Amino acid sequence: MRSEGRLGRRGEAVLWLVLRRLVMAVPVLLLVSFGVFLLAAASPFDPIHQYYGVQIFNASTADVARVRAELGLDQPVLLRFWDWLSGLVTGDLGVSRSMRQPVAEVLAERLPWTLLLAASGLGFAVVLSLVAGTLAAWRQGGWFDRTVTALGHALEGIPPFVLALLAIALFSLGLGWLPVAGLTDAGSRLGAGQVVEHLLLPAAVLGVSQAPWLVLHVRQSLLAALTEDHVTGARARGLRERVVVLRHALPTALLPFVAVLGARVPELVTGAVLVEAVFSWPGVASAVVTAAQAADYPLLAVLTLLATAAVLLGSLLADVAAVLLDPRVSADG
Amino acid sequence: MVELDSGRARPPGGGEWRSAARTRAGTARGGTGRARLRARASVVVLVSLVLAAVLVPMLSPAPGLVDYTSVRMPPEPGHPFGTDTSGRDLFVRSWAGLRISLLVAAVSTLVSTVLGSAVGAVAGSFGGWVDRLLMRVVDAINSVPHLLLGIVIVALYRGTVLAVVLSIGLTHWATVARVVRSEVLGLRNRPYIDAAISAGAGRWWVLRKHVLPAIVPQAVLSAVLLVPHAVFHETALSFLGLGLPPHLASIGNILGDGRAAVLLGAWWIVVFPALLLVATTLAVSGLAAGWRDRAVPTRRSELSL
Repeated sequence: MRSEGRLGRRGEAVLWLVLRRLVMAVPVLLLVSFGVFLLAAASPFDPIHQYYGVQIFNASTADVARVRAELGLDQPVLLRFWDWLSGLVTGDLGVSRSMRQPVAEVLAERLPWTLLLAASGLGFAVVLSLVAGTLAAWRQGGWFDRTVTALGHALEGIPPFVLALLAIALFSLGLGWLPVAGLTDAGSRLGAGQVVEHLLLPAAVLGVSQAPWLVLHVRQSLLAALTEDHVTGARARGLRERVVVLRHALPTALLPFVAVLGARVPELVTGAVLVEAVFSWPGVASAVVTAAQAADYPLLAVLTLLATAAVLLGSLLADVAAVLLDPRVSADG
Repeated sequence: MVELDSGRARPPGGGEWRSAARTRAGTARGGTGRARLRARASVVVLVSLVLAAVLVPMLSPAPGLVDYTSVRMPPEPGHPFGTDTSGRDLFVRSWAGLRISLLVAAVSTLVSTVLGSAVGAVAGSFGGWVDRLLMRVVDAINSVPHLLLGIVIVALYRGTVLAVVLSIGLTHWATVARVVRSEVLGLRNRPYIDAAISAGAGRWWVLRKHVLPAIVPQAVLSAVLLVPHAVFHETALSFLGLGLPPHLASIGNILGDGRAAVLLGAWWIVVFPALLLVATTLAVSGLAAGWRDRAVPTRRSELSL
């Protein structure tokens, strides 16, 4: 009975945490979208030129003015922002100028691929960092630890796109194991086998580019955990080394790891943009680059908001996990 | 934010764990000596990189000359880094690229640091609604991935060096602002500040005479830590074709060209410029880490790479 009551209180605390964060997310998202909107309004780039293209030279001034009015471009910034915002709330995300289709359609087509890539990359990074970090901390100062630490510090300085190019040079061109880019081979149909084959390299590159921070973090927290009293206690009771490290020290070390994981969403997004661009992965992150090249403001704004929401969600999930996993944490912030 | 009962299970950015591990395990193995060695080595590497980036393009007989008779030549004595798709010598081009990348990064870092210090100092010393508003803005900036916001800025102000500088400068100041603000908050209750105020000093006078000198070390440290970010940011933007104009040979532009060349087997077009980039990044972060250990021994910055 007692434990059930405690669980109920925790659940309630988590619910309040989620609600409070959602309420706090609203002003942040508003501020971000307004900032992006102001940037666009101050830009020397005139969207009417994009609408017309080269035809702007043939159009009469009256026509241009009429189209400008039709598109609502002659209205003050605040009014346009309000229009855009109310459209967003009612599900009308606008029309992408570079993709020539509604932004909602672009998202529906591309978001699943990005989620697939990001989830595989993150999963790979987590497994890699847990295994390597634990082994390194276990034998601190040994050859494996020194290799992992040195590699980790070196990899921190290598941008994901360099990693991606090197991986392509080595695994696709040198060894011929994996395809260079895209989602399927030319001419072949979309199937699970094809997708997995094409996913392996980008996901591995994304994972490896995220791993250094995580590996070094797991190592450091485990090293700290190994000196704690309850671990010394476990050792004193004569428990086996494996039990001491994996069952007593590691759980303590994993709590901050969850927080770090949640805080790394911005880097994950950055990595996804670069990796998708190099591998021509048809996700939303590579759409950012396409949209930017065409100054496709409606798409850029929505993608920025989406990434911001992902960042906020990441930190929320990390905090929820911390509350659920660690009884010492109180959810009052 | 989730608060801790015991105040120890969740370090901000993993910082306190690192310091704890260092004092317990690191110093026992001569950790501080090693950190100092790393910092010194970083200074040597960084100085030589900067010197080479300045001198090589200046002293080379024909920098950046297109030569279609020697396209994509692998590294050889005449061209230690090989040549690119237009037959340009990559040795000279890479060093020139590093010079441009470092220059852009340095200017952007300056913009970020000045902006961040100003916002942080104002937020910390004024407090109240000014502080709350500015910190909400900082939160908002921090919750957008920097590269993405940077891409939005360059997309809308396309094709100029200024756009790239602003794209980096306007996205990276938030961390500096936070560091400076907390420093100012720590200063507020110091006796000499109280003394100045009770002696009739104005807010701006106190800010200029007492607060600014005290926050300069923190601001400079944050600036140094920002340089690798700025280099990465510029390189990534240029690599994606959104950054510096193509005629400026930045490392990112060279790597962007190298993207197609790699598919033709010309690995050296990517490897050598990338090596310079990585060496620079590591040297700067090594320097910053060493300096941080010496200047701010008890606090680990949230800016760490």
